[in-house]
Amino acid sequence: MDKYKVLIGLEMHCEISETNTKVFSSAENSYKDEPNSNVRPVDLGFPGTLPVVNKEAVKKALMASIILNCKQPEFIYFERKNYYYPDLPKGFQITQETKPAPVGIYGELEYECNGEMKKARINNIHLEEDAASTDHYSRYSTIDYNRAGVPLLELVTYPDFRSADEAVAFLETMRRIYQYAGISEADSRKGQVRCDVNVSIMDKDLDETKEENWGTKVEIKNVNSFSGVRDAINYEIERQIEAKENGTYDEMEQQTRRWDEASMTTIYMRGKVDAIDYKYFVEPNIPKFKLAESWVEEIRKSIPVLANERKHTYIEEYGLSNYDATILVKEKSISDFYEETIKLGADPKTSSNWMTTVILGHLNKYELEIKDIYLTPEYLVELINLVEKGDISSKQSKEVFYKILEDKKSPSEIVKSLGMKQIGDEDTLRPMIVKIIEEHLDLIEEYRKGRNVFDFFVGQVMKQTRGQANPSLTAKIIKEEIDKR
Amino acid sequence: MKYMTKSIEELHALLKEGKVTSKELIKESLERSHEVQEKYNAFVTILDDAKEVEVTDNLLSGIPYGIKDNYSTKGILSTGSSNTLKDYVPFFTATSIENLEKAGAVAVNKTVLDEFGMGGTGTTGHTGTVLNPWDKERMCAGSSAGSACAVAAGVYPYATGSDTGDSIRKPAAYCGIVGYKPTYGMISRYGLFPFASSLDHAGVLSRNVKDAAIVIDNMKGIDKNDMTTWDSKDVHLYESIDGKVEDKKLCYIKEICDIENYPNASLELKEHLENFNKALEKCKKLGMEVEEVSVDKTLLNALASVYVVISCAEATSNMSNLTGIIFGPRGEGDNYIDMMKNYRTAGFSPLIKRRFVIGSYVLQADNKDRYFHNAQRVRRLLVDTWNKLFEKYDAVILPVGSGPAKLLDGSKTVLEEDDTTALEEHLQIGNFGGFPSITIPDGFVSNLPVGLNITGKCYDDANVLNIAYALESVMDYKDQIAKEVK
Repeated sequence: MDKYKVLIGLEMHCEISETNTKVFSSAENSYKDEPNSNVRPVDLGFPGTLPVVNKEAVKKALMASIILNCKQPEFIYFERKNYYYPDLPKGFQITQETKPAPVGIYGELEYECNGEMKKARINNIHLEEDAASTDHYSRYSTIDYNRAGVPLLELVTYPDFRSADEAVAFLETMRRIYQYAGISEADSRKGQVRCDVNVSIMDKDLDETKEENWGTKVEIKNVNSFSGVRDAINYEIERQIEAKENGTYDEMEQQTRRWDEASMTTIYMRGKVDAIDYKYFVEPNIPKFKLAESWVEEIRKSIPVLANERKHTYIEEYGLSNYDATILVKEKSISDFYEETIKLGADPKTSSNWMTTVILGHLNKYELEIKDIYLTPEYLVELINLVEKGDISSKQSKEVFYKILEDKKSPSEIVKSLGMKQIGDEDTLRPMIVKIIEEHLDLIEEYRKGRNVFDFFVGQVMKQTRGQANPSLTAKIIKEEIDKR
Repeated sequence: MKYMTKSIEELHALLKEGKVTSKELIKESLERSHEVQEKYNAFVTILDDAKEVEVTDNLLSGIPYGIKDNYSTKGILSTGSSNTLKDYVPFFTATSIENLEKAGAVAVNKTVLDEFGMGGTGTTGHTGTVLNPWDKERMCAGSSAGSACAVAAGVYPYATGSDTGDSIRKPAAYCGIVGYKPTYGMISRYGLFPFASSLDHAGVLSRNVKDAAIVIDNMKGIDKNDMTTWDSKDVHLYESIDGKVEDKKLCYIKEICDIENYPNASLELKEHLENFNKALEKCKKLGMEVEEVSVDKTLLNALASVYVVISCAEATSNMSNLTGIIFGPRGEGDNYIDMMKNYRTAGFSPLIKRRFVIGSYVLQADNKDRYFHNAQRVRRLLVDTWNKLFEKYDAVILPVGSGPAKLLDGSKTVLEEDDTTALEEHLQIGNFGGFPSITIPDGFVSNLPVGLNITGKCYDDANVLNIAYALESVMDYKDQIAKEVK
């Protein structure tokens, strides 16, 4: 590895999940319905059907283009990419090639990798339609056309990544952008994110800014998870280094391979000469569309606060550590939940402690999402307030937390049903404590001689209140009463 | 034949007065359909169970008509005259046909076309050749061959057509009737089987200009399913026809019309052009200015190639949905590739396959700029040239083709020794620019009908129709019904 540099480029496909309908069809855009239920005639390519552009999908694509600091085109066009495959009923995919310009070209994005800020250049981002999803079995295959026509954003970077870590950190950043901007859930478990990865290696002492020094490009298709991206890149680097070392590298042609999850290897698909000619041409059924600057500005203004900005606020305004802030913004749903508690008046640090320890601990342990558990921001604030008011102890609050999830009841209901509520008012505690002290005046003498009698008195109070006395208040009153005597 | 040779206006009046019923009209039209099918093979399907409808104030209500078989009709076989869709029964109806249904029009048959509209002879449909009702040895031209034949033969007053190069306007000329395609996007293409989307137009074949206007008024309209449609609710073609053309200006193109271009012209070509000149004289008598203009011959000679390149390229892609997997008769094979190949090999006629090869070739990365992009550039030049003419003139008037309908037995056809490409193919410019364009009959050559064409600028349909109407009114070929001359 020391002898070589690695150049990695990414093509990230992400479905736009946050539109009501598909990109060129009025069928619902929903991944979770019964197979082949969200289908209109155009999704199956019936003769005479025509595509109709979903403006909402274009808007979201433009938003992504703006966030990636890309240049937006003067006119929006779509193009046909022609090829035959059972998942493509029309025999072509409606997409955008780089000529005429797609929704975005020539952008860049800063991202953080292992604590360091890096920059990746974007070649282009374009809007297209997804193909149907297929499952292959030994004797037959199934096709689900619900996915046919779902809006898809394809982002193409320059080969600006030098390691699998950088590539994955970039993808994580992009995933957060899609989530925070309300473009997509970007959930690879739902098949919403798919990547193609380009990997090549070159001798370390050569100048990487000169393209002629680059090694042979190998494209790895259809890597469907970020861990897969990491593994595929690392495998491919090793494979290419081995070729260098055993002298076969120069024979290696530019090629397309696929990532095989099962064997954790890349497998040869086709060489450069077998590259498919997609015969692109402008889709004649979608009139070219002048992109008004005012619309672009309107979209720019509607971009929500993204992860990085939120993180900055958490550190600078709420005084959270970089570590905690990073954890909180990792998933938008978590960050949204956290911010809701702040809005409801929770102390940012206390709420953060709850989120990063108890709540995320629980979610991670059971692989749940925050929306899957019975806790709402309102309940968390209620729980925090119960502790702060001294109604329950912080130890009790953890118990209440799990009970909320278990019994699906509000914190106060749980506290009540467990009879847990602390006795926190002085008027109840002081007479009780005075009585106990008066019954044990002998211990005051001992106390003056230096014996610790504190624990005994606290114990007595707890015994009489069945543990519900507020410990700190109890200690305070005991001290005052002893000192009086 | 009692009623089906009449115009829409006449039939509507008779229906309103109660002198005839919709049921009687349908019965007559169906009987005539069977006769015409027997003689000329014009139909894919005859809808014997067509039901009468209530006669309303809509001029089309209760009156029978025909639908070209490349319009999708719900529950009714729609083949595109191709074996690839020989059993295809759609579950949705084309928007323009739905509009006619709403108007109360009654479809009585589906007419034969050249397979998917690709072809200009009426000989390539999967149900066989359509014969010309004036002379069974001649073609109707295409691709709207069945529609032209049926309207000319008096099956009904009108039938829908589609026009990608001249598919409405040339068969109209060969059959002695009117063929009109309005401005691109006036009529929705949703449900019209595509040939070349940027050139495809829906339209009508009828026996007079007013009928054509009435039908298009009822077919047109913006459609949420077709992004290329535009709002034409303020366009009322029928109402805007008043026959007043005194201040109109027409031009014709020297390089196409002048007999001097054809030193070896056949007698038929000579007569055809003389006929055209007589029509020009009539235009002048109507008070219109008629001027000769000149257009670069090189540009005119390129138009046919431009058409081939663009239409074949788009067709190759448009017809990639025909795999026999989701619809159509599924091909045999061990895998999907063999299934598709076998289906397409068996289903398409050789003509279409040849066009697919051309389309594929011109789109290949290595050829695309040389052929496809250059064709688009020349298309733009031609459209610009015509738009320049429209700055000065209301319309361009030109003869259709080089004479009457050609013989089906090609070996007997006398080929012109001179280059008549521009004369034969200039109607394609109407598709390049999306211009409103109408063909009307302008006389006879060898006892067979011939036609002329009037083309105007986009959105100027009313003007084009009005000029055609005025000219039609001073000629003797309005409402003519085909009579076999041999």
